[in-house]
Amino acid sequence: MSNIIGLIFISIGFAFDVFGCLGLVRLPDVYNRLQAATKCVTLGTCSILFGTFLIVGLTSAGIKALLCIIFLILTSPVAAHAIARGAHRAGVKLWEGSVIDRYAEDKEGEA
Amino acid sequence: MKSKIVLFLVAYLVWALLNWAPDWQHLLVGIFIAWFVAFMTGDLFITRPHILKHPQRYWYFLVEYLPKFLWECLKANVDVAYRVLHPDLPINPGIVKVKTTLKADTALTFLANSITLTPGTLSVDIDRDNGVLYVHWIDVKEKDVEAATKIIVERFEKMLRKVFE
Repeated sequence: MSNIIGLIFISIGFAFDVFGCLGLVRLPDVYNRLQAATKCVTLGTCSILFGTFLIVGLTSAGIKALLCIIFLILTSPVAAHAIARGAHRAGVKLWEGSVIDRYAEDKEGEA
Repeated sequence: MKSKIVLFLVAYLVWALLNWAPDWQHLLVGIFIAWFVAFMTGDLFITRPHILKHPQRYWYFLVEYLPKFLWECLKANVDVAYRVLHPDLPINPGIVKVKTTLKADTALTFLANSITLTPGTLSVDIDRDNGVLYVHWIDVKEKDVEAATKIIVERFEKMLRKVFE
């Protein structure tokens, strides 16, 4: 039973990972791509890890999968935040269809 | 000193879980490793150990924040999947400015992370002195600071204040 549920979780995670990668290709600029990359890949990978945990149970691999979920949820938004901030500071422009950029307005005076 | 003890316990727990199933050699080495980690970085991670003593904070974290966060995370994924699969690519991106009244480091970190993993938003930068967050929004509905704050920040701010402040 837990095998089947685990496989369902792995399939869902796989699908979301694919959507995330598709987003990386289709979306226009760094910031939009980061949106797809962080959200889909975080939940997709967590789902795969959780499915793995359900299949192998409370063994050493299963416990490590659970730990990995916690680390992923804590670190991937931080990484996205760092990349987005670094890109903006380095002068990467927003996509031309963007409607507003308050960050650039506020940072204009600074060097 | 208190924060070092807390970090020692956390590090030891993580070590024990990483070396599942436990046997005495791993546990003995783990004591030294966890002690070293706590000794080197104890002051960096936990700056206000007194807040760890309130049980109701854990309760709020587990019962109010976590389910809400997971639900928003799921919604975010479906949202991104929809936008990516839609042939017209329905995006309307921009960076908006939102205000927050949270002050503590941990609370701000969790707020920024929650914003990143909730539908359509990604925190870009934070200005702690003025309590301002810059948020990249894939589908800008409100350009105004107050209105955007209402949509983006307020769903998490109240419970994070209960947990971390």
